[in-house]
Amino acid sequence: MALDREQVAHVARLARLSFTDEELDRFAHQLSDILAYADQVTALATEDVQPTSHALPLKNVFRPDEIGPCLPQEKALSTAPEVEEGRFKVPRIMEEP
Amino acid sequence: MPLALKDILCIDGVRTTAGSKILEGYVPPYDSTVVKKLRGAGVPIVGKANLDEFAMGSSTENSAYGPSRNPWDLARVPGGSSGGSAAAVSAGFAPLGIGTDTGGSIRQPASLCGVVGVKPTYGLVSRYGLLAFASSLDQVGPFARTVEDAALLLEAIAGHDRMDATSIPEEVPPYVKGLESGVKGLRVGVVSDWVEGEGVQPGVTERVRAAIESLSSLGAEIGEISLPSFRYALSAYYLIAPAECSSNLARYDGVRWGLRAPEAKDVVEMNVRSRTAGFGDEVKRRIMLGTYALSAGYYDAYYGKAQQVRTLVIRDFEKAYERFDVLLGPTSPTTAFKIGEKADDPLAMYLNDVFTIPSNLAGAAAISLPCGLAEDGLPVGLQLLGPPMSEGLLFKVAYAYEQARGPVDAPPLWGRS
Repeated sequence: MALDREQVAHVARLARLSFTDEELDRFAHQLSDILAYADQVTALATEDVQPTSHALPLKNVFRPDEIGPCLPQEKALSTAPEVEEGRFKVPRIMEEP
Repeated sequence: MPLALKDILCIDGVRTTAGSKILEGYVPPYDSTVVKKLRGAGVPIVGKANLDEFAMGSSTENSAYGPSRNPWDLARVPGGSSGGSAAAVSAGFAPLGIGTDTGGSIRQPASLCGVVGVKPTYGLVSRYGLLAFASSLDQVGPFARTVEDAALLLEAIAGHDRMDATSIPEEVPPYVKGLESGVKGLRVGVVSDWVEGEGVQPGVTERVRAAIESLSSLGAEIGEISLPSFRYALSAYYLIAPAECSSNLARYDGVRWGLRAPEAKDVVEMNVRSRTAGFGDEVKRRIMLGTYALSAGYYDAYYGKAQQVRTLVIRDFEKAYERFDVLLGPTSPTTAFKIGEKADDPLAMYLNDVFTIPSNLAGAAAISLPCGLAEDGLPVGLQLLGPPMSEGLLFKVAYAYEQARGPVDAPPLWGRS
């Protein structure tokens, strides 16, 4: 499966990354190489094989819904680039009306 | 004993970078469980060790803070992604190290630096406070210069943790206690395609063959085995791991931690510019691969197929362990390569992990330990593989071999030829 520059640009938009034209060409080339190698698996006959999402048998883990110690607000916000009134602050999300 | 900690595990109040610019200025407000346990065991952490950005790489060249070097030859890579920890233990900066192994990131650098590295069973060591790369594969484990030290360190960090929902709710057996019980009658399966396979350096084959002889003379029963699904494991891994990575690394959005691009007109532009400035090329490649493999129209062909291959790998392992107690092969097809040699060819870099990945896909245990020097004077790693929760068995075999082998040379780092 070869990826062209437009497909790479599309995937970049989905992944919230942006690339220069030179990077788009380089990534198109490198990702195509890797996908060509990965195509080995697409050729494999696996009709009767269940997929494995997790290697070991896991069960849901339940615990009583009790309040325990947790990070205080001040500590939880201590790593943020911008904070206001005890909240994470971000640039505007919606257009002004 | 002092320890070098891979800089992807959180220490309360100590800067944590994951080798990435996107975590610029990040100081975690909590301890990872591994760090808590190390404190409890009285192990001083002497430093945080360099790594490939977010543990993605096989050479430690992908760190935003520059490459680490191999103590055996400073022009060569120490392997990766836990290359800093492996190099620190090899060079004698610290007798112990902690790494993480998602596709070989403990075992391959251990092999290239001539030290012992253990990839424990998935879920044996808590991942709480480990910055996630591929959550169904990531596992924390020890580096040491001897098998006994590695076993002691694993005893200290393993165990159930309610902060990690995938943590195995079982008691950790005492690994050191059983070390000396020997390998007489133990069935060892040599993975024949790995020992003499295409692309395997002659000196690697030779050293591994010598290790097999040694185990045989200690009374182990040696047989050969071929595992057909393993040739698809690397392809499957490079779909599954990027898929999980693209999802996990979505959290680096410039909102809660680390780098934020200034003066963006809205939040999406801020996300895009922060991520574009903060992530290095290899991380971007994997995010892109994963996003593509999970996108509509490709999910079944890539991600779905890869998950089926994972099932086939697990089945092949199960069949192999009907005949053998442990499997054996090289850890890496070659000794340490030169810095820059594979930097522009991601696929060539990925091929380094071809012998280590199956154990990650199966959630199983494996260990790499030094088995001498190849024709180029660089260390070769012997890999022992076992089923999940077989650490005690692997340590026992590794210890028996190590005793027969005798002490290994230190790297010629301090001016010796």
